[in-house]
Amino acid sequence: MKSVVITGTGVTAPNGLGKDDFWDATRAGRTGIGPVGRFDATGYPSTLAGEVPGFVARDHLPSRLIPQTDHMTRLALVAADWALADAGIVPSEWPEFGIGVMTASSSGGFEFGQGELKNLWSKGGQYVSAYQSFAWFYAVNSGQISIRNGLRGPGGVLVSDQAGGLDAVAQARRQIRKGGGLVLAGGVDGSICPWGWVAQIAGGRLSTDPDPGRAYRPFAADAAGHVPGEGGALLVMEEEDAARARGARIYGRVAGYGSTFDPHPDTGREPGLRRAAEIALRDAALRPSDIDVVFADAAAIPDLDRVEAEAINALFGPGGVPVTAPQTMTGRLNSGAGPLALSTALYAMRDGLIPPTLTRDPSPAYGLDLVRDTREAAMSTALVLARGQGGFNSAMVVATAEAPVAAPA
Amino acid sequence: MSEFTVEDLGRVLREAAGESEVAVGGDSLDTDFAEIGYDSIALLEAAGRIERQLGIQLDDETVGEATTPRLFLAVVNRQGSADAA
Repeated sequence: MKSVVITGTGVTAPNGLGKDDFWDATRAGRTGIGPVGRFDATGYPSTLAGEVPGFVARDHLPSRLIPQTDHMTRLALVAADWALADAGIVPSEWPEFGIGVMTASSSGGFEFGQGELKNLWSKGGQYVSAYQSFAWFYAVNSGQISIRNGLRGPGGVLVSDQAGGLDAVAQARRQIRKGGGLVLAGGVDGSICPWGWVAQIAGGRLSTDPDPGRAYRPFAADAAGHVPGEGGALLVMEEEDAARARGARIYGRVAGYGSTFDPHPDTGREPGLRRAAEIALRDAALRPSDIDVVFADAAAIPDLDRVEAEAINALFGPGGVPVTAPQTMTGRLNSGAGPLALSTALYAMRDGLIPPTLTRDPSPAYGLDLVRDTREAAMSTALVLARGQGGFNSAMVVATAEAPVAAPA
Repeated sequence: MSEFTVEDLGRVLREAAGESEVAVGGDSLDTDFAEIGYDSIALLEAAGRIERQLGIQLDDETVGEATTPRLFLAVVNRQGSADAA
């Protein structure tokens, strides 16, 4: 099997706009969680979010794109620009069908949709923007990135809630193995608007704690839900041989992937997370002892934290691997989560630093070696876990370019 | 109804779809909208705004065939006077 590597990353995150600001904040343990600023949330049960700071769309995008894009699409377009630039890719120098786009989405352009629904019900159908036809749509980020950059290779969108970001990267790897070329893959998400807010509250997993320092506290005995965030990351992916031939800087290799779906809870059967991780390890031809760090899903719902801790302990033994959840500084980003965690893992391996988990009173009963302060560690492999509401489990192994390539399974 | 001018069209297009690469005005009356930088959805959105502002109805298909500012203005002004009659 062809080795597929990541050669560019573009990040828009609540604790940093751009990969450098993001990584500076993340390694230093600086949070981006605070009171919602995009609308007045004071009357809602949940009032905290992770919002991307200092983002002025007009500074980055042409005027033509503003009336037709949701906030999260603007973030995605900018992350895509930055990922391409980071990889040294000028799309116009590539064959027309040489670069594809594979993104994940959890809810599409909710804020844009809310505005148009408001127009529909308060003023009438003739007041609804023609751009509503696609601005709300799940596939809109793939489409807009493709149009803006003239990327006509394989394109698509994956919709599997928070697992989707890893699924999109896996789909990109499949496409590259089949047909070569480059794929821009990942996810940038967010629906911090009243309509998105009530939908998330109805989902039953948002923390109602108003204290930014403790609202999202995964692996605490009294964990009570998460804080939602916006943003994510896009990654430039290509065949390792091609990347080396063009002299690209290689962040790391997508070494393994697995995905499973949970059995119905009433069956009493084990949820699928452990199996997803095992499949990813087998795909990477690695043993658990080869994994240097785990980036957890960190749902912050006691039942889900227990399932995740049991899965990690079943594979690595209690305390057998450092576990971290830097999304405690951004909030959960839905489809943006996996690609941002992959980027974080790549920076962590490069700099030999495991970023911290900002939780409160984690329970030793989970038996995890939870990294709470930035930790120095030489790493060449990382396992990233992500779960989507409704039963989606995905796991991905990334390895440094220097790590030995696995023998074909 | 007073005549809907090329300046009016330029303004509505900017509001509807953002700034184009080429200014909509006297010099671009016969330039293709695609070349000016407005696609079919931009024109559909502009047509909707013109309908609301002028209180007229434009036929989607006729609008779709108006590929330059001159043709587009003719559709609007023809429909405007028909609705006023």
